[in-house]
Amino acid sequence: MEHKKIEIPILADLASRGEHPEYLFWVGCAGAFDDRYKKVTRSFAMILSYLKVNYAVLGKEESCTGDPARRAGNEMLYQMQAMQNIERLNSYGVKKILTICPHCFNILKNEYPDLGGHYEVINYLQFLDQCLYEGKLKLDIGGLGNAVITYHDPCYLGRANDIYFEPRSILKKLTHRFVEMERNHSFALCCGAGGAQMFKEAEKGDKEIFIERTEEAIRTDATIIATACPFCMTMITDGLKYKNREEEIKNYDIAELIVQSLNL
Amino acid sequence: MIKQIVFAVILIASIAFFSFTIRRLYHFFKLTRPAFPVRNFGRRFQIMFNVAFGQTKIFRHPFIGSAHAIVFWGFCIILFGSVEMIIDGLFGTERSLKFLGAFYNIFIAAGDVFALLVGISILIFLFRRIFIPIRRFEGIEMKQKSHLDANVALSLILLLMISLLGMNGAYYDHAVRLGQPLFGVYPVSRHLNAIYQGYSIESVHFIYEFFWWLHILLIFIFANILPYSKHFHVFMSVPNVFLSRLDPLGKLTNMDSITREVKLMLDPAVASTVAPADTPPERFGIKDAEDLSWKNYMDSLSCTECGRCTSVCPANITGKRLSPRKIIMDARARMKEKGPRMVKEGTSYDDKKSLLRDYISEEELWACTTCNACAKECPVNINHPSIIVDMRRYLVMEEASAPGELKSVFNNIENNGAPWQFSSEDRMNWAKDIEIRIH
Repeated sequence: MEHKKIEIPILADLASRGEHPEYLFWVGCAGAFDDRYKKVTRSFAMILSYLKVNYAVLGKEESCTGDPARRAGNEMLYQMQAMQNIERLNSYGVKKILTICPHCFNILKNEYPDLGGHYEVINYLQFLDQCLYEGKLKLDIGGLGNAVITYHDPCYLGRANDIYFEPRSILKKLTHRFVEMERNHSFALCCGAGGAQMFKEAEKGDKEIFIERTEEAIRTDATIIATACPFCMTMITDGLKYKNREEEIKNYDIAELIVQSLNL
Repeated sequence: MIKQIVFAVILIASIAFFSFTIRRLYHFFKLTRPAFPVRNFGRRFQIMFNVAFGQTKIFRHPFIGSAHAIVFWGFCIILFGSVEMIIDGLFGTERSLKFLGAFYNIFIAAGDVFALLVGISILIFLFRRIFIPIRRFEGIEMKQKSHLDANVALSLILLLMISLLGMNGAYYDHAVRLGQPLFGVYPVSRHLNAIYQGYSIESVHFIYEFFWWLHILLIFIFANILPYSKHFHVFMSVPNVFLSRLDPLGKLTNMDSITREVKLMLDPAVASTVAPADTPPERFGIKDAEDLSWKNYMDSLSCTECGRCTSVCPANITGKRLSPRKIIMDARARMKEKGPRMVKEGTSYDDKKSLLRDYISEEELWACTTCNACAKECPVNINHPSIIVDMRRYLVMEEASAPGELKSVFNNIENNGAPWQFSSEDRMNWAKDIEIRIH
């Protein structure tokens, strides 16, 4: 089977050649730096190549959206980040942004407009589901064998932005055996990492939130826990390790599952 | 005539006391900060019809939610009869709205049926509260008074329903026995004549008068003690839903005062074009009652301490000190404590206490994941995370106080544009050597 190396287009390079890609893929800090989550970024980039999407990334010019600072109360730092990002995005004339991280998605979509950053912000699950709907992307329901898949709703896609349908629509095209956790959709339990919790120890309590959620996921007897957020992924993967179940139960992002199913 | 005079005096006294209460709250509201401009009436009515009148969020708990919905709808319908009773009381008439004909019959019949259904729901509530340990009714913020408040209010509602049915039944029995014309339809209370038949006509008339007065007096008492208990919810919940924040739950409110400062910092040339704030710089975030927005305060008055928020809070579920319900109750309690003095002496009044620390600890604030489960759950659209984040804003921007790890995150974002200590030079490392199968 033949493979081809793909180059990730950088917006500055394209702009210098006078090209304007349709989408900016906002990679996010976790997407760029988190070793586990980099695989998700690569997977989504592979899908974008496979679909021949006209896109680019900011690369070294990308900077934190300011989300953890804002949720932790540092509005000053958030607005400095946001204004600098908006200036850069506007200078490139960016119109449509694709995100994989729900936190980047939420802040770019809902909060940047207050500071003059108006873009059409699309989460990768919305984008992929649309491609499936339009027939640009086709998935083989047997592509993942006999996997039993459950889905953990990220707070910033679900409750924060009412995106519940698309991930399930995609997953149900990847398996006949999709199962819900007890708390799902808007009832879903947070993984414990939102609101800048990712970066600090949890307050004193009698249990870690990610353990509570992982146990709930394990109870579904799923073989794959699908996530759609870098922080959820860290939490659920840690939870599986903590429960010594990482051998039989795998935590994958939906983009990775698509790549596996397509055998890219 | 005497009856009319007595009634008028009681009515005026009730309205006077109620106005006093509202005036007090109005002054508290005047202490609060602006929240958002109230626009988009179409959408607001839609939300009010869904969430308030449609009870959509209460149905997230289908069984007990149905019981609440019955009580709510019952109140709305029975209100019609209460208005008639006030008119009758003032003008010495009887069944003054009967000219509405079929419409009247429908409303009175529905009120009669709902009185029974509401009564049953209230009994279920009381039974649950007293005999079944429900986790969400407990918690560090739940004092004896909260439970007492609840049981008193429920008992009053039960009495209201009993008196309504008793009154309707006596009216029906009295009219039928005397062969007088009967106005309204009484599908439930007509069956009470099995009891009333054993009494003389005069006794039945007396019973009717007794229940009439009991019912209307209970309404006046109920209306006037509600604002002093968590059951102010009955008045505030519908307006609070109407005045819901319309943004997606994930969106935080922009701090325009910061925007001004950041613009100056990033581009000093803007300094001349940005008008200096004409008011003294306000405190960043929430430290105390006067920093709450009118919406925060209204949220707190609408809360009936049902605990749905706390029961879904991931931090609370796993034993952390945070309870979203407590945050809302604390905001209300602090305004109750400090508000009267601030009304007299201005917002600079200082009692050496504050909402932060004396009521809400930093530990609680830092335990929040901003997952919005609480706000999603709240049947009256209270937004808890907005207060929590605003209190974090005070801590970070006014006191430079935050957990050490978060301070490192701030430094990293400032220095290398990422929450972790990675160089922006490494941002494209993920993109190396990606291969894709050729199709």
